[in-house]
Amino acid sequence: MINPFRSEAEAYRFLLLSVGYFAAIAIAALVIGKWAGIIVFVGLTLAGAVYVVRARSGEPRQQTVPRRRGGENERRILVVANETVAGERLREEIRSRSEGYEEQVFVVCPALNSPLRHWASDEDGARLQAQERLNASLARLHQVGVDAKGEIGDAEPLQAMEDAMRLFGADEIIISTHPEGRSHWLEKGIVEGARERFAVPITHVVVDLEAEREDVQAEVQEPT
Amino acid sequence: MGVHAEAHHGPPTAHQSSRVDSATLGMLLFIASEIMLFGSFFTIYFFVRVVNNAPEWPPEGFHLPVYVAGVNTVILLTSSFTMHWSLQAIKRGNRAGLQAGLVLTLALGLVFLLTQAREYSRIGFSPSDGAFGSVFYGLTGLHGAHVFVGLTLLTFATVRAFRGHFTAEAHHGVEIPGIYWHFVDVMWIVVYTTVYIL
Repeated sequence: MINPFRSEAEAYRFLLLSVGYFAAIAIAALVIGKWAGIIVFVGLTLAGAVYVVRARSGEPRQQTVPRRRGGENERRILVVANETVAGERLREEIRSRSEGYEEQVFVVCPALNSPLRHWASDEDGARLQAQERLNASLARLHQVGVDAKGEIGDAEPLQAMEDAMRLFGADEIIISTHPEGRSHWLEKGIVEGARERFAVPITHVVVDLEAEREDVQAEVQEPT
Repeated sequence: MGVHAEAHHGPPTAHQSSRVDSATLGMLLFIASEIMLFGSFFTIYFFVRVVNNAPEWPPEGFHLPVYVAGVNTVILLTSSFTMHWSLQAIKRGNRAGLQAGLVLTLALGLVFLLTQAREYSRIGFSPSDGAFGSVFYGLTGLHGAHVFVGLTLLTFATVRAFRGHFTAEAHHGVEIPGIYWHFVDVMWIVVYTTVYIL
């Protein structure tokens, strides 16, 4: 975010820019006329807006480094999933990742919401649903012997990870998504975004809940 | 090992997010509130100017001391330079530079305020002389109040500088008044250009 008053040096630079900006407008208005002043005002304002937008998009983002990590025999795993946290593949991945370590698993379920509801601050429903999914997921992980804590996250998955990284810290992140074609997160480039943003290993696990359901049905049918 | 996500009763828990860090958010909120404050005064000014639709501006009978205010503007801009210089000095560990810069900034700020007070006493109209008089004193007075607050902050910083506070690594107490002082100067540039020149 560009904030001209972030430091004294930046504020001083902003002051000098303001002097140049208003001097140009005043000179144009006084020397040429009112309309020239308005044209300079509009032109400089547009140029400034374009500069700010470009500077924002080209700003290199610093990678988030976790504030704490697991000890020598400890593994802190941050799992980000919405519906797929109940999937068998994800549970296997967590188990294999934490083998030989004392694992600490933290599950984040982003409170996914529609853009309209998000901007209207109508997020209670989304958070409630995310809480239900989180409760079910944690119970399932607990059943298979995975010690897990969890929290509802921001509606935006990368932001939810950022928050969790600050609160929980992590040695690695596992992002669980639906297969390509059915996953909004893959479509939005969440996995690539996370790899750019966080300075920890990121594992992407694809969980095909439908196939798992079919497998379970087939296993149930086999003995008969 | 238990499950830690428990059913929550009552209103939803506060949503903590690191989307904006608290220092940046605080400064943004401050700037936003200041923009709204000055914005409301400028709205009144432009309303008065547009509604009057006078062939000349300021309206007949009002004369603004443009050149005196121009000199005052140069004084205030110079004070920003000395402020910047003082901070650069302490960043290099130059205490004498910090002290000299702060004293000069304080002196220039004081001269600006006194000149403005002198301008008020000689300008020939008062806040009760019509809408223009009210809005002129409102805008320049609001800015003057900000200069006063800035001078108060600078006084604390100057006293601390002479008592041996601040180092090349720790100079937050100069940095914050510096940011505020530059902000006040930016607002004066807007006020001077709008009210005195255009």
